Amino acid sequence: MSEKVLMKGNEAIAEAAIMAGCRHYFGYPITPQTEIAAYMSKRMPKIGGVFLQAESEIAAVNMVIGAAAAGKRAMTSSSSPGISLKSEGLSYMAGCDLPALIVNVQRGGPGLGGIQPSQSDYYQATRGSGHGDYHLIVLAPDSVQEMADLTFKGFDLAEEYRMPCMMLADGTLGQMMEPVSLDMGDVKKHDKPWALTGTEMKRPHNIVNSLALEPQQLEQWNIERFKRYDVLKKEAMAETYRMEDAEYCIVAFGIAARISKNAVNALREKGIKAGLIRPITLYPFPEEVIREATGRCKAFLSVELSMGQMIDDVKLASDCRRPVHLCSRTGGMIPTPDEVVAAIMKIAEGGNN
Amino acid sequence: MVVFEKPKALTDTPFHYCPGCTHGIVHRLVAEAIDELGIEGNTIGVAPVGCAVFAYNYFACDMIEAAHGRAPAVATGLKRADGSKIVFTYQGDGDLASIGTAETVHAAARGENITIIFINNAIYGMTGGQMAPTSLPGQITQTSPYGRDVETVGYPVKIAEMLSTLDGAGYIERVAVNNVKNVRNAKKAIKKAFQNQVEGKGFSLVEVVSTCPTNWGLTPEKALEWLEENMIPYYPLGVYKDKFADKEETK
Amino acid sequence: MSTKQILIAGFGGQGILFAGKFLAYEGLLEGKKVSWLPSYGPEMRGGTANCSIILSDDPVGSPIVNKPDVLIAMNLPSLDKYENEAVPGASIFVDSALIERKVTRKDVNVYYIPATKLASEKGFDTLANMIIVGHAIAKAGIIPYEGIAPALKKVVSAKHANLLDKNIAAIELGYQYEGESQCLK
Repeated sequence: MSEKVLMKGNEAIAEAAIMAGCRHYFGYPITPQTEIAAYMSKRMPKIGGVFLQAESEIAAVNMVIGAAAAGKRAMTSSSSPGISLKSEGLSYMAGCDLPALIVNVQRGGPGLGGIQPSQSDYYQATRGSGHGDYHLIVLAPDSVQEMADLTFKGFDLAEEYRMPCMMLADGTLGQMMEPVSLDMGDVKKHDKPWALTGTEMKRPHNIVNSLALEPQQLEQWNIERFKRYDVLKKEAMAETYRMEDAEYCIVAFGIAARISKNAVNALREKGIKAGLIRPITLYPFPEEVIREATGRCKAFLSVELSMGQMIDDVKLASDCRRPVHLCSRTGGMIPTPDEVVAAIMKIAEGGNN
Repeated sequence: MVVFEKPKALTDTPFHYCPGCTHGIVHRLVAEAIDELGIEGNTIGVAPVGCAVFAYNYFACDMIEAAHGRAPAVATGLKRADGSKIVFTYQGDGDLASIGTAETVHAAARGENITIIFINNAIYGMTGGQMAPTSLPGQITQTSPYGRDVETVGYPVKIAEMLSTLDGAGYIERVAVNNVKNVRNAKKAIKKAFQNQVEGKGFSLVEVVSTCPTNWGLTPEKALEWLEENMIPYYPLGVYKDKFADKEETK
Repeated sequence: MSTKQILIAGFGGQGILFAGKFLAYEGLLEGKKVSWLPSYGPEMRGGTANCSIILSDDPVGSPIVNKPDVLIAMNLPSLDKYENEAVPGASIFVDSALIERKVTRKDVNVYYIPATKLASEKGFDTLANMIIVGHAIAKAGIIPYEGIAPALKKVVSAKHANLLDKNIAAIELGYQYEGESQCLK
């Protein structure tokens, strides 16, 4: 096992991407993810890779489209306002069935918002972000180690399912340092017969395209794509923490889950049986784990750095058979473990509401 | 005797273009250049949004269809992914000179080693004849029904002139396809723009002053006259920049 | 099971983040679970900066230190902001060269050290951060004395290797310093 080193989350993403064979990074500066671009600008030239600072977020994502269409592992990274700009490209990527990794180190919004951490792009990420019927694979790490691991895995998933994969992190995770081991294993090779590599006059031309003016054709493409999304459901991942006998189930991802773990421990010390479900994939959402907990728990508490977005998916997954409450801060504010504890206490004391 | 032979770099798919539209001519010139340079198997084309959106069905090389205006960025990604490939974009005036101006300017500024074929017909064709960034002062279109009023909507963008001011741009020429002589010049320019890339020289763009009889509301013949009388005076033909030529002279 | 929640706060440019990184690396070398979280923002120089460091035998939950066991305050706004957040029994270290007021709480240990003044007097310009951290190591035992040099070697980049000895000397100065304190029995 390689020695653990202290790395920032943003740097861990960059290094893990390189280890995953990504040699094409296109980006545009924005806080709080700029370390990724800075890291890539240092490393890529030394390993024969491409780092290019694009003229805009839009150009960056379209450069990713070009490199991905050529069959290369390519990525871009940004933060919330930049992801809005990239969303056109994400829709095209999905429509063209191109794999790539897009990192969103979220900050508060809407508009220019702030630069402090947020999870308020949950809807944007899990509902596709751009126009049209499509999804992204959405991964939600909660540690620097997981930022590395999921980056590595993200490229694989993207290529296996031929769709863009988004890493949904936040400013805290991007900026924090933790020990990380970069033992990533072997890079999987995926055949890409669709890639634009030149016909060499040996095969009919490949076309990478999302246009279908015949509605029957477009419908068929969409239906086929959604069949792939159905298969993707088996990749859903979640961590459960002290859920064995939990009566109150906190659902939280990313940094909110880290905070909630403290709260679960504090609640257990008070004799309240709390547990945590931490979705690691936000799309596909780990519905089974939630559904299974629905039978055993008295109530859910969705802990988020937003006005409450994932809470909708908790309600859907639990079929609203148990009350689903919200504990959240927004705009760059972060709930404290005490606030989460208080929210559960209130639920425990107040019955259903 | 063979009087007409389709270039090999075009597929058998029939063009969907309107009668008298010059897209067909320019497609052919591009395909001839590809044939003559023997690069079809190594070439990747980027189609725009606009009338030429189906270019991916017409060119026999590998093709990708980009979002509106983003072709130079997509081409950049393709070229950076594999520098040995010949990458070209084929874009109209709305695509290249309006919604995609930033992508165009910065690809040129970077000296990206790609080839851009820019069709300037002073109108949005596919959406039915709206005012383009290159519509002439006074030109009547669907969205400038009283004529383009420069006091309120400003002046046309002269892409060849503008890009030639950039240090990164290598070869910029404006041609037209309204008569045999001009078509021959256009062919030369287009081939050179590909040749430059094959030789690794850098950014080349050929602006092709073209017609849109349907949306100009003219017969194909009248459209060619209108082009000559109105567009060419505003968009003078010629080489606006050729920094590669200078280098060769000093050798 | 032990967990230390450390908060270092001051102006940007005082080396707050570097001091935190040094402590985090020491924890890593010791085999502890660690996290290091900076405040970030446009005020890279001259604004406020703080840094949460957690050193623990158990996996670190929230990396945000809301209730520090050890608070190192290197300017008045930081003391004002965090004094009341420290847990009862916490150790608070005050750069008394820059903060004139005393800590008002009576349920905490307080150590005053004029770190910034010592730094300029002893030729350790810009190393007030390491002086006050050295003092904290001595008084609050946040990391073992033997851990200092190996951790510093990790965080002082090869480019600045000539500063390694100076950093060690600065920590040593703070470590040996005996000043005004107000400790719980």
